[in-house]
Amino acid sequence: MDTPNVEFWVLKLYVAGQTPKSLKAFANLEKICEEHLAGQYHIEAIDLMEKPQLARDDQILAIPTLVRQLPSPIRKIIGDLSNTERVLIGLNLVPVKPQTH
Amino acid sequence: MLDYVQVERLEIEETGEYDLEGLFIRLGYAIDSIGAKRVVLDTIEVLFSGLSNAGILRAELRRLFRWLKDRGVTTVITGERGLGESLTRHGLEEYVSDCVILLEHRTEDHISTRHLRVVKYRGSSHGTNEYPFLIDVDGFSVLPITSTALNYPVSEERLSSGVASLDEMLEEKGYYRGSSILVSGEAGTGKSSLSASFAQAACLRGERCLYLSFEEATSQLIRDMRSIGVDLQPMVEQNLLRFHPSRPTMYGLEMHLAIIHKLVLEFQPQVVVIDPISTFLSNVNSLEVHSMLTRLIDLLKTRQITTFFTNSISPGSYMEQSTVNISSIIDTWLLLRNVEVDGERNRLIYILKARGIANSNQIREFLLTSNGIELKEVQIGQSGVLTGSARLMQEARERSAEQERQQAQEQEQQDLERKRKLMENNIATLRTEFEAEVSETRAKLVQAQSREKQRADEQSRMKLSRKAVDSETKPLE
Repeated sequence: MDTPNVEFWVLKLYVAGQTPKSLKAFANLEKICEEHLAGQYHIEAIDLMEKPQLARDDQILAIPTLVRQLPSPIRKIIGDLSNTERVLIGLNLVPVKPQTH
Repeated sequence: MLDYVQVERLEIEETGEYDLEGLFIRLGYAIDSIGAKRVVLDTIEVLFSGLSNAGILRAELRRLFRWLKDRGVTTVITGERGLGESLTRHGLEEYVSDCVILLEHRTEDHISTRHLRVVKYRGSSHGTNEYPFLIDVDGFSVLPITSTALNYPVSEERLSSGVASLDEMLEEKGYYRGSSILVSGEAGTGKSSLSASFAQAACLRGERCLYLSFEEATSQLIRDMRSIGVDLQPMVEQNLLRFHPSRPTMYGLEMHLAIIHKLVLEFQPQVVVIDPISTFLSNVNSLEVHSMLTRLIDLLKTRQITTFFTNSISPGSYMEQSTVNISSIIDTWLLLRNVEVDGERNRLIYILKARGIANSNQIREFLLTSNGIELKEVQIGQSGVLTGSARLMQEARERSAEQERQQAQEQEQQDLERKRKLMENNIATLRTEFEAEVSETRAKLVQAQSREKQRADEQSRMKLSRKAVDSETKPLE
């Protein structure tokens, strides 16, 4: 049974080396995805130190930047993703579970 | 390398801490890929509008500029002007500490002018004033006020004005080369005719003249000047005379100045005519006009170019408020006025000022004839200066008075002559009489002498005869 909002998400997280910020962002992202995307996602970490040309190609200014590749339209969020609510708004993710426990 | 950095606010949700390392990486990559020595960031405002955390932004920008400096590149950053006293909207000048240039675009009286000011330039002296600049097909040009020391080369050479009788009023030589001449005049007084005469005179000397016409089209001007016997067409064909007509309201002052500068550099004229300068004087902020004209004249005087301006003034006045702008930087100032006498309209020309020239302070009547411009001496009648037919009448009157005087003189001389003749006659007569007397007297004298002689003779004869008688009568005794 497929619910309408279950799609496959492709997320790209742009970082610049293995900085605390980057690691934190990655951790935050994984947590949010687990909670709200129930496995229907793929996170790609892109290190601009290794691939600097992507900073231009993908128009990345701030680090970290999270880009929602799929579903379209593309959405960009910057920051270490510690503010979950803003992340959700930014990704246009409707929370799957209610927040109250 | 030209790179477009897209920053769209809507896309971004700031979800926590971040920095702009992405920008650094991108810049670094771009610089390295072409070995760039110069970087332009245009404009930094985009970052401010795209990213809401001003604190992070500021910190990162500070870091960025230091980073650029460390890399040894020269960076030009553009940013928006702040309101009021601040130079930039976001206090950018604090970070950019080496050189700050402020650009402004002001519109006054429908004409816009761009200004530039070097606010700060660490490690170098700089002009601190505001300089107008313009951007045109050849790029950016700033014309700062040069020659503030007023030390351009000065010439002793004199140029004919194109009107012989005007040259006479100017020590019989005309204008100084490299000087600035202004002809102010009411409408229709013949200012353009004076300009054209001057232009013609220059071309006849083999010199080049740049004629900037702000009122009349070239063809019209050439046609009109033919009516006073000035044919400019051949000079245009010989490329000695170049016309550049345009409407003054088309561009701002700065643009005009820059265009003139370009034309002067291209054509290298010895004479420049600006006919008229009126619209510039009246339309804009007078300080700016004065500054612009000063710089224009500086530009030309440094090249020893003689400048000829015309200016329209309203009837009755000679000095408009607007003329104040220009009079102090003008060397020779002529005024043309209309006078109406007995239903006739004539023109007068005055020399208001002529630096370095002992000029005639007389007024002349200014005539446009088919042989060119002529200046005639004015007559002073009972009611002042006379011109036109009033002048002719006065001249006739004076001529006849002169004739009468002459005749009277002749008469007197004749009388004298007659008297002299009379006197001489008298003398002759007296002489004759005298001579007659003399001869008479002489004759009488001679007669008397001869009678005397006769008597003496007689007496002696008588004596003799008596003696004889006596000797005869002696024996009787």
